Parts: sequence; structure tokens; C-alpha cells
Amino acid sequence: MPTATSIASATSATKTGAPDTDTDAHAPVVADRATLLGGWRAGRSADLRSHLAHHGPPPLPGPGDSSWPGRFVATIEASGLTGRGGASFPSSIKLRLAASARPRPTLVVNAMEGEPASAKDRILLSCVPHLVLDGAELAACVLGAERIVVCVVHDQRATFDNIVRAVTERAGTALAPVPVEVRCAPGRYVAGEESALVSWLNSGPGAPGWRPDKGVALKIGRGAALVHNAETLGHMALIARYGPMSFRDAGGADSPGTALVTVSGGVAHPGVYEIAMGTTLGDVIAMARPTEAVMAVLTGGFGGGWVSDAALGTPYTPRALGAVGGAVGPGVLVVLPRRACGIAETARLARYMAGESAGQCGPCVFGLPALAQDLERLAAGSPDPGALARLGAHIAAVDGRGACRHPDGVARMVRSALSVFSDDVAAHTAGRPCAAVHGPSVLPPTIWAHGEPTP
Amino acid sequence: MNAVIKVNPIACTAYGYCAELLPELVTLDEWGYPVVDGSPVPAHLLDLARRAARECPRRAFVLARAPER
Repeated sequence: MPTATSIASATSATKTGAPDTDTDAHAPVVADRATLLGGWRAGRSADLRSHLAHHGPPPLPGPGDSSWPGRFVATIEASGLTGRGGASFPSSIKLRLAASARPRPTLVVNAMEGEPASAKDRILLSCVPHLVLDGAELAACVLGAERIVVCVVHDQRATFDNIVRAVTERAGTALAPVPVEVRCAPGRYVAGEESALVSWLNSGPGAPGWRPDKGVALKIGRGAALVHNAETLGHMALIARYGPMSFRDAGGADSPGTALVTVSGGVAHPGVYEIAMGTTLGDVIAMARPTEAVMAVLTGGFGGGWVSDAALGTPYTPRALGAVGGAVGPGVLVVLPRRACGIAETARLARYMAGESAGQCGPCVFGLPALAQDLERLAAGSPDPGALARLGAHIAAVDGRGACRHPDGVARMVRSALSVFSDDVAAHTAGRPCAAVHGPSVLPPTIWAHGEPTP
Repeated sequence: MNAVIKVNPIACTAYGYCAELLPELVTLDEWGYPVVDGSPVPAHLLDLARRAARECPRRAFVLARAPER
């Protein structure tokens, strides 16, 4: 896992918190104050006093200010903020959905970070917890929420302790009009899926639910549950202070703002980077300094898509990455060096994802292991003329056939691999596997562990 | 009513009655789970589709109103 000391903000010429002080010519320059990690320094968490000294108090509504929620949502709408948990859904629409619902809703802060190659949620909660809490209080005031529940994974003890400390600092002050509780939820891949998280908060199994109509609100008890990603709420806290135009200073018209990206794999400085949306993929990974020639980049996490080195000029936006078979998803990039075998790495990803199925839906329970086995055989490279047809059938057999999007993500990732690594696929099916097949994975072994960053 | 078939994949445990009753609209994958394509159920198959929904031992086979176009 990228460590806390490898966090860098692209907003300053020197990498904040990096062990070296290399300046990086590729880093886009974004106005410093209005960014998530801009004011943060390595190895310490912003306490309430330093947070307020840096950003000033959040513009929470005054008593009886009935027009405030509408104004706040209009501000978020003008900013063009979209959710940063993976779906990139417009945040203003999500806020309007449940505003003033009765019984009063619960605002859930999703910092579950199920993606093994992601570290942004824990970085946010460890470094700028008050920014996330500001955003949560603002959103909770819009919704008229009864309470805020911050969910972190049970094995991230340091993150948990830090957010609890921040909540305690604010409790009973004007900065906490809506009470906050912090919960440690189970840490499997699908546990952060919003219906799974809400199921767990309802003392259920913590597995995704079947939602034929996504427009029907999730419920905790009898009230609606609104689940927002921690990064999304951090952006809301900034937009509320500095205005929608300040958010739009970074990024393009269709994808404004900055975004947190966790870069890992074949790079010298794995970590969480704050970049302007629309920065090219190549420039984003350059900030983490690839150690050797790049063959491809896994974008959007294990359920995202591979993008070849020929497409490194693609802007980092949901639309542009989607057009080349990739995804922004929860902000994850894994760099694959040229010496690696993309098929062997894809087989490892598929096997991991098969193990992370919630085990509820037949096509996922049986289909993902079958898909992983197809890929493992393809990686081994014994000649098999039926291999590709079988692989294609298994991709189709899992795609869209679960209650949640877990199998769909695997289908997309494997499809992209067959396209990006097509030359290797041809060689493997002809019985000539890559030399790297039997070597160790180039995906950093640390990303397989659900550990916490070393402080 | 324009109806579509939806299968609750969590509830479904691959009894396969739906494919027996309605082979025109339901096929089974290699593990025996139903595959449906989401297109509207033709009028002449509606009664069979209702029966498949009624007789699904897991109540996983659902006839839902088709989305407005």
C-alpha cells in the first residue's frame, strides 16, 4: 500500500510530503488553497485549529435560514461536481433526491476503500479529516439528516483513531450541528458498495442487495440513507467556501475540479496525487515516476480497464478514459511495465476478484472462478484453439448478471485486457507464452494486503 | 401492460422451471442459471410468463412493468 509519506499534491511545485524534494515539471499547477491536500504537510493530521486557520469555518446555515439548502445545492450544481466513489454521478442531483425527506435521512460517509490499490480515503481521513467532516455536515444540513455515520474498514486502525479524534474535537461545537458516529465495517471488496454498506448498518449481512429500480432510496431503519464518498464531501466543503468557479479553475468544462488518484505498480513514488481532471494519463503517472518503459495502465481499479501505452495521451476524465476502454472509477492507476505479462497479471486480478464475490449470485459464484481459470490457462500458454471462445462465453456469462456490478467490472477489465494485450494473447494461444509468466507479479505485493499506511 | 422479465440473482438457485415453461424467452447458462434479455414479453407468452413467476420456488422470477419509452 502506498504509504502516507508518499502522498504528493500536484498543486505545489515540490511534492508535499515526499521523501525527496524533486520538482516535477509534469505536475499541473492548481490554485493551492482550494484543493483537498494543498495545505497538508507530511506525517501530520490537520487538527481543528490548523484546519480552521487554513480554510476558515465552513459556511453552515444560520438558524431558520430556509433558503440555504436550495442555495447550497445550486452552488454544487454550478460547480459540476460528480461523485468520486466510482460512478461519477452528479452530486447535486443526489443531494436533491432526498432533501427534506421524512422520516429524517441518514448521511453515510463512505470511506470503505474496497479497492486494494486505492489509498485515497484513508489519506483524506488521516490528513484532512475536518474537510471531510465539513462536507458531511453541509450535506447533512441540506438533507435535514438526523445523523452522520462515517464508515471505515475495521483493519484501518490508524484511520479510525484519527477520524474519531477529529469528530471528538468538533462535538458540541457549532461545527457539528448534525451528530457524527464512526463505524468500523467489514473490509471485503464489495463491502463498500452502497447497498452492502447500508445492509451492514442495518445489522444485515453487509452484502449487496438486488435493486431492480435504483431510484428507490436505500433505507436505514425507516429513513432514507444517502451514501456519499469521502472525497466527494471534501470537494463540497471546498466549493462551499471558495465557490463553484474556484472548483472549475481546475479541469475542463465537462469534467471540472481536481481528483485524487492513487498511483502504484511500476513506479518509484507510489502514492496519492491530487491532479486536475483532464490531465493526460501519461502526465499523471509521470508524477509517480515510472521505473521503466510502460506497457499499459490499469485504470479505475480491479474492475476498471487496461489502457495501452499508445493511449497515454488520453485526458483523465470519465468520458475520455471510457472511450479507450478505461475508467476513472474510484481513482486508481496501476502502472504495468513492458517486461511484465499482461495476461498473467489479468489472471491474478480475476482470481482475486473471484475470491471477493459476496457469494450470493450464481453467475458470479461460478462464472468468476471459471473466468480466472480460463485466464490462468491462457497465461500458461499451452496451445488450445478453444480457449478464446470459452473466455468470451464466460465474460458474457458474468456481465450484468449479478445483483451488484462486481461481475460487470471483472468482465470489463478482462475484455480490455484481451484488446490491449492482443499480441500477447495471440502468442499465448499459439503456445508461446511471455517469459514473464512464471516470474513474480509486478503489481506491488503490498497492494494485496489490506494494511494501513505507516505513519 | 408491457412486461419484462427480471431475475433476482440473489434469490435464484437455478431450479430452472422458468426455462422449462418459457424456453422462448429464457435460456440457461452452463451452471443452470436463467439468462433473459430484458425485452418486452410478447402478448401470446404473457400467461406462461405469469405462470413461471408463480411457480418459481425461490420467487426469483419477476414480471415487472417495462420502462416507459
